[in-house]
Amino acid sequence: MFDIATQLFEGQDIRFGPIDYEKDPEIESKWTHNAEFMRLYDFEPARPMSAAIVKKQYEKLEKKIEEDKNLYHFMIRAKTDDRLMGKAMIARIEWTNGNCSVRVGIGSAEDQRKGYGTQALKLLLRFAFAELNMFRVSANVAEYNEGAIALLKKIGFTEEVRRRQSLEREGRRWDLLVFGLLKDEWANQASA
Amino acid sequence: MKDLFRGELVRLTSEEPELRAKHEVRWQRDTEFHRLADSDPAELTSEKKLKEWFDKNAEGGFKPERHAFSIHALDDDKLIGFLVLWVNLIYGEVWVGIGIGERDYWGKGYGTDAMKLGVQFAFMELGVQRVSLGLHEYNARALKSYEKVGFKFEGRTRWDVLREGKRTDTLWMGVLRDEWLQMQQGEPQ
Repeated sequence: MFDIATQLFEGQDIRFGPIDYEKDPEIESKWTHNAEFMRLYDFEPARPMSAAIVKKQYEKLEKKIEEDKNLYHFMIRAKTDDRLMGKAMIARIEWTNGNCSVRVGIGSAEDQRKGYGTQALKLLLRFAFAELNMFRVSANVAEYNEGAIALLKKIGFTEEVRRRQSLEREGRRWDLLVFGLLKDEWANQASA
Repeated sequence: MKDLFRGELVRLTSEEPELRAKHEVRWQRDTEFHRLADSDPAELTSEKKLKEWFDKNAEGGFKPERHAFSIHALDDDKLIGFLVLWVNLIYGEVWVGIGIGERDYWGKGYGTDAMKLGVQFAFMELGVQRVSLGLHEYNARALKSYEKVGFKFEGRTRWDVLREGKRTDTLWMGVLRDEWLQMQQGEPQ
């Protein structure tokens, strides 16, 4: 796993790539019109965005990455035809403490529930632990996001915090769960 | 109506940039204080720069997302600490942070009294559904204080902070509006 020949951005069926300002805004604009995806991917209120706005958001994001230096963002693409499938992000990096938080989303319906999210999360964790030298990784997820919870548990994350009634959606309040994975737990899991 | 900004031991005021900067310079030198209150590395900033920063915050005027107060002791009106509320009105949640920079006022109930005012402000003035905070597991005094105010333990992120070569947990707490209202009526939790 720590062989430097290992490609950090190449998974089995997916790869990580940079933003493509020509093609991606149109596709991501479609995802933002899907309220279900938005509510699973993000805690911000769902808001449909035009391709032009998405493009502006990309510019903002890349500026933030450059200035704050505590954020990494990857586009998830299919290895077969390079189509955009989703996004992966490492945020809120605390360099001195060696911790950060991760997030993965598969946007297009035809690519969901096929294990691509699992592959992307595994790739992202390898990057966090083996390249950024993180000691632990956190993931925040709403209690209604059963798919994400199952995935995190499968990968070896532990539920650490239950922030009671932190979110409000569909006229009721929901808990927000914080999961954590330590470097040792990840390494043992990866070698098993 | 209750006085929102006056408790039994302290009162909350706006932040006066000059006074606040003067105190902050001194508080920054106290790294034990810093390590109790924060998880970032300690730093030292000039009084000039700090004043500019507090000026900027003050000039920003009313911001729905951030309320910063100075804490003054009622007996001598001395500035002893700060209280900051970060507000998410969409989800009706407030995150609160507190620090008592003056060591002579530690362990005497001043911080607890200020936090009570902060939570009251969040529920009674901002109308939120919950108040949240985090603390280092080695900060036993803070844990006791927050429990007194009504915060409940909700979990710990394991080993997320590295201090003096040792891994330590962050503890997370929250108090819900209904719990807090019941406490005000003297009902046991």
